[in-house]
Amino acid sequence: MAKGFSGGVHPHEEKYTEKIAIEAMPLPKRVYIPFSQHTGKPALPLVKKGDEVKVGTKIGEADGFISSSVHSSISGTVVDIKKYPHPVVGESLCCIIESNNQDEWEQGVKVKQNYESLSRKELIEIIKEAGIVGLGGAAFPTYVKLSPPEGKKIDTIIINGCECEPMLTADHRLILEYPIGIIEGAGLFQRVLDAPRLIFAIENNKLDAADVLKKEGVEVVILKTKYPQGAEKQLIKAVLNREVPRGGLPMDVGCVVQNVGTAYAAFQAAKYRKPLIDRVVTVTGDGIKEPKNLLVRIGTRAIDVINHCGGYTNPPKKIIFGGPMMGIAQFTDEVPVIKGTSGIIVRARAQTFPEGPCVRCASCIDVCPMGLMPTEIYKFVKNRRFKTAKEFGALDCIECGCCAYSCPARIPLVHYIKYGKAEIRRTEKK
Amino acid sequence: MKELLQVSASPHIRSKRDINKAMRLVIIALIPTLIFSTYLFGIRALIIVLLSIITSVVCEAVMERMLGRNISITDGSAILTGILLAFNLPPGVPFWIPIVGSAFAIIFAKQLFGGLGYNFINPALAGRAFLMASWPWAMTKEWLAPVNGTLSGIDGITSATPLNLLKNAANYGDPHFVIKHLNEFATIKNLFIGKVGGCIGETSALLLLIGGIFLIIIGITDYRIVVGYLGSFILLALVLPTRGSLLFHLFSGGLFLGVFFMATDWVTSPITKKGRWIFGIGCGVLTMVIRVWGGYPEGVSYSILLMNVFTPLIDRLTRERVFGEIRKGKK
Repeated sequence: MAKGFSGGVHPHEEKYTEKIAIEAMPLPKRVYIPFSQHTGKPALPLVKKGDEVKVGTKIGEADGFISSSVHSSISGTVVDIKKYPHPVVGESLCCIIESNNQDEWEQGVKVKQNYESLSRKELIEIIKEAGIVGLGGAAFPTYVKLSPPEGKKIDTIIINGCECEPMLTADHRLILEYPIGIIEGAGLFQRVLDAPRLIFAIENNKLDAADVLKKEGVEVVILKTKYPQGAEKQLIKAVLNREVPRGGLPMDVGCVVQNVGTAYAAFQAAKYRKPLIDRVVTVTGDGIKEPKNLLVRIGTRAIDVINHCGGYTNPPKKIIFGGPMMGIAQFTDEVPVIKGTSGIIVRARAQTFPEGPCVRCASCIDVCPMGLMPTEIYKFVKNRRFKTAKEFGALDCIECGCCAYSCPARIPLVHYIKYGKAEIRRTEKK
Repeated sequence: MKELLQVSASPHIRSKRDINKAMRLVIIALIPTLIFSTYLFGIRALIIVLLSIITSVVCEAVMERMLGRNISITDGSAILTGILLAFNLPPGVPFWIPIVGSAFAIIFAKQLFGGLGYNFINPALAGRAFLMASWPWAMTKEWLAPVNGTLSGIDGITSATPLNLLKNAANYGDPHFVIKHLNEFATIKNLFIGKVGGCIGETSALLLLIGGIFLIIIGITDYRIVVGYLGSFILLALVLPTRGSLLFHLFSGGLFLGVFFMATDWVTSPITKKGRWIFGIGCGVLTMVIRVWGGYPEGVSYSILLMNVFTPLIDRLTRERVFGEIRKGKK
């Protein structure tokens, strides 16, 4: 049986850092921790200017069901709470903490706990308290995914180790270096959801990672290297041949997908009561002197991370948070790393792609993993026919970028579709 | 203030294949045929092709200038139109024919409808249809016999192209004798390698096949149109009452040029996957119907033009299945 989904593209992998071991970055002097690092409502600030905090001190409380708490990632003093550049939303409320260089941890953190005897409820509470969100990029609060509504039976948990974005190697390294933690964390998810089956999904460009997991005796499914193999719906289709219905969630087909990084964070939360205060970030691109995989404290500015990697080769032209296909270009290098930041890519050369006329080659249709017609949606959006754009499935778009990547006319299709989605949602709210 | 960095929406990388490159690849796929035709019909064929290309490019530039558009002659699409139009002309036509034809193709069929991407019919075929309607004598009588070959591909019969012979066999002697020779292995072989009369670019089925398969393999041409076209064509060639054998029909006339290089034109074929099947099948059916019952011996160009006109309708009636959409009739 062929494992796959329809559509997709094969960009150059450019995974230069896959052989470089994860290195813990020295503590930054200051961290800039946004209260909103996740899908859902921003956390409510719990600290004020002048407060002393330790590593792991909760500084923001989850506000409502879909939200997440936020913790201090260094020990020191809160010097300000103000608006600051944010890698996803442009600007947001941010807690700025000056380090005292002590790296003192909050009481009880980093102490080995016996987590085998914990109940499901207790585990969910621990994961929620630790502020764990999906580390694959979307940063959806993990405990919400672990609390399906009554009657939804989850039979399979897929641990996503595809890392289909070019250039990124953070998940790959994590599997190679911390397989036990990932497997333990995945086991926690399995216990919480009472799911009989646990599958690790790996692309066939990371067979070493698959071998490491197989040695530990877990079920590994090896998938073709194709972008966007790691997209939730495409992954479920490829692994289980189940199709998440339109507008539905993976739980509708009895699935939960979690990233390997998330599993590892959950393990650390359960075993050491360690909240999510750091993550692995791939720092790469032709603008970086020494590309690395770094364990970075949340809130560290991009410029600090880049300086630790030997600085810029040339004055940077573009800095991308995330991968080259779905990442977000930053206007400044002072934005902080947040929970969902899987990579920092620095480009030394500016690249622009002048937009030409659509020649109806239909390559966007052939590569769309969601079965959409990007060129049609783009034309409707351009003519402000948002209703028709919606009829053509604009809201089903997962913004993977395959269409724009393959477009020979260089039309920024994702850009138009994103705009169309925002307009559709705006008019629907009214 | 520090210099701000470049921002743009994702994705931040693009595949290397842009329009210019795609056009160049199609032109490359046609070059073997061009070389072979020059060998077959002499330098005259090459001159016709060059005249057609030059006129196309000049008309494109002049029209874009007049209409206030960006000059896009470097994208290769005008060159391609020029080559394809010339490939559809008999090698003996007067030199003003390619000039008038390609001017019509670019000015009326392409630029007046909005330029690249907006023309609703294939410009080269529109140019050919215009020439056929205006100067039929030039388009149907000016054949040249190839070097070391005969116009018909049959020794002893020197006039009329193979499809013409099939349609009007009685005009060239004993019809049974003529038809028998048409379906002989020797004739089929001549048709396949191209030692036969015909339009400049349609004689060698072999070279067109190589170029066409090259384009499918590198992902420029969609296989659905090709398979749909050839599939329905082959089926009808076997079923319909025609005196030509299947191989005769496949290798004669402009079938391969039409299938691989004109029906598959991006702009004028449907964008949906289902639509491309319908389009290809429609082309195949119409081609065979014209060959068997139509007034012309050959039906490739008119069938494609007709299906071009249907393209917007096909696109409207077919739609891709969105991921996770529940099919009608299924639970």
